[in-house]
Amino acid sequence: MSPAFWPLLEQLTTDAKRRLAEANPEQVRKALTRRLTPADAPLLVSEAAGQFIEVMAHLARRLTILRFGRVITLYAPLYLSNYCQNQCLYCGFSARRPIERIALGLEQVEQEADIILSQGIRHLLLVTGEAPEKYGLDRIVEAARRLRPRVASLSVEIFPCSLTDYRRLVSAGVDGLVLYQETYQPQVYARLHPAGPKSDFAARLAAIEAGGEAGMRSLGVGALLGLAPPRLDACLLIQHAAWLERRFPRSRLAISFPRLRPVPGGIEAEHPVDDKLLVQFILAARLLLPDAEIVVSTREPAALRDRLLGLGVTRISAGSRTSPGGYSGKAMDDHAGQFFTEDRRSVSEVIQAVRAAGLDVALKDFDAAFCGEKST
Amino acid sequence: MEGTKPDKLVIAGVEFSSRLLMGTGKFASPEIMARALEASGTELVTAALRRVDLNDPQDNLLRAIDRRRYRLLPNTSGARDAEEAVRLARLARAASGIAWVKLEVTPEPTHLLPDPIETLRAAEVLVREGFVVLPYINADPLLARRLEEAGCATVMPLAAPIGTGRGLKTRDQIGIIIEQSRVPVVVDAGLGLPSHAAESMELGAAAVLVNTAVAAAEDPVTMARAFRLAVEAGRLAFLSGPMGESPRAQASSPLTGFLWEEPK
Repeated sequence: MSPAFWPLLEQLTTDAKRRLAEANPEQVRKALTRRLTPADAPLLVSEAAGQFIEVMAHLARRLTILRFGRVITLYAPLYLSNYCQNQCLYCGFSARRPIERIALGLEQVEQEADIILSQGIRHLLLVTGEAPEKYGLDRIVEAARRLRPRVASLSVEIFPCSLTDYRRLVSAGVDGLVLYQETYQPQVYARLHPAGPKSDFAARLAAIEAGGEAGMRSLGVGALLGLAPPRLDACLLIQHAAWLERRFPRSRLAISFPRLRPVPGGIEAEHPVDDKLLVQFILAARLLLPDAEIVVSTREPAALRDRLLGLGVTRISAGSRTSPGGYSGKAMDDHAGQFFTEDRRSVSEVIQAVRAAGLDVALKDFDAAFCGEKST
Repeated sequence: MEGTKPDKLVIAGVEFSSRLLMGTGKFASPEIMARALEASGTELVTAALRRVDLNDPQDNLLRAIDRRRYRLLPNTSGARDAEEAVRLARLARAASGIAWVKLEVTPEPTHLLPDPIETLRAAEVLVREGFVVLPYINADPLLARRLEEAGCATVMPLAAPIGTGRGLKTRDQIGIIIEQSRVPVVVDAGLGLPSHAAESMELGAAAVLVNTAVAAAEDPVTMARAFRLAVEAGRLAFLSGPMGESPRAQASSPLTGFLWEEPK
């Protein structure tokens, strides 16, 4: 049995709750003058750390420039299918929502990719809902094989898979896996995921480890902020990423703090996270995980995204459409989308904004030559 | 050494007047990078194959590197094993005709330390296939020797982990590598300040490679110039035979004091 994160979660949660409650400004001030480790996560996401946000920002900015340079990598999601048998209370794809369901054929997938590529973006994220009989692994593998030679990097954000299936994806040229736990608080999780395979919290947590085991070069984790007490989620998310980084030293970690945007018929955020708290989480993640990518999607508004660029974020999406076929015709606020995008600027507008912030844009930061079957 | 005698860096038969190699990552824009390259006086510039597309004449980064002034040295940064590095180098040569490669095999994205075994394996394959191989290595004298025996054109030991700017932390091992090597020793990675570069050159390094120290500076162009001057100063110091430190005796507990003591 390889080591797993799940058995550690309860103890980490107990410790995090205690340390979040006990954290005081003096502890934070001291911590910021010494070498930080992921064990400091409760301290840096605590309320007490709120008054040190400016200091944290300067440290995070410096660290980001040293590790990643003054460069932001762009990616775009490509939604393959919105069929889903889960009933996540917050999600646009929930099986209970009466939306038009679409599963793209291979030709359509290529059309969508053509549009994204023509805008310059060469890092693609393939996304589906969870409905293996409507859009299963075979079709995802087929799409990946078709797209691989034309893109710099290909990640998937799909249903949890077995080790064997992740190996198939890696063989097809998929180099990154994104799988958000949504919340690290099992009771809240159970309430929000009442039906479908996603209701199995532990299975979801284990799947990212299978992805690492299968050789995914990038492992993306995230918590959907707003669902549960956010400081605890941010703390456990950072610790989960740190654990994965140690467990899979050959993979790069990517961490994301998406905030819940209500969809019609979906729930509102019970624990809303304001901009200041989001920034604090991003800064804490950078200081505790200097080598991790920090990802921000178009669900955040343009003005905020531009301000986040210098603060530890290294990877952003641009020009995103969040429904299958969205690039080749459907209106942007299509109700078949997974969530509503806030930053609706075109790719070229986003590139301009990144440059205006004094940063370069990397449209390619990976190479197909890294992928494929090994001869040994 | 007289001031007029040309002092060239020679790698695989090609002469370079500058002993400063430059990286092209982490800059805020291709324009700033281009100005920093110019200020550095470099003639040999490395670019990550991961970042550039040699097939694309419109590639932003490549367009900013004036190929009439700089020889382009593609690197395999991001490769996790020999096979990936070799594959990347072959594709680069097929696309561009460039047979020079800075070999980097760094399986772990956290510290980006080079894997010695995979690096040697890749070097052996690439040399056999006619590449001019410049391997990035930890400061390991025996590995350096093995790579030289395998036919590498240089060895490029790190001064400190990449991007740390901590300076010549591996000074003693690099000293041994310089002493034993018959190929140019290029100190690569970890240099944060011009004084670190000067120190490397004083020690007898043939050249240094710098990237983050310039790109992450508030004013990369001026910092590039500072590195240029430091490399030149360090080289001149090396060539002019430093005086060395005076072997002054310790006055506190003399070993031969008894010779002058009054008999008791």
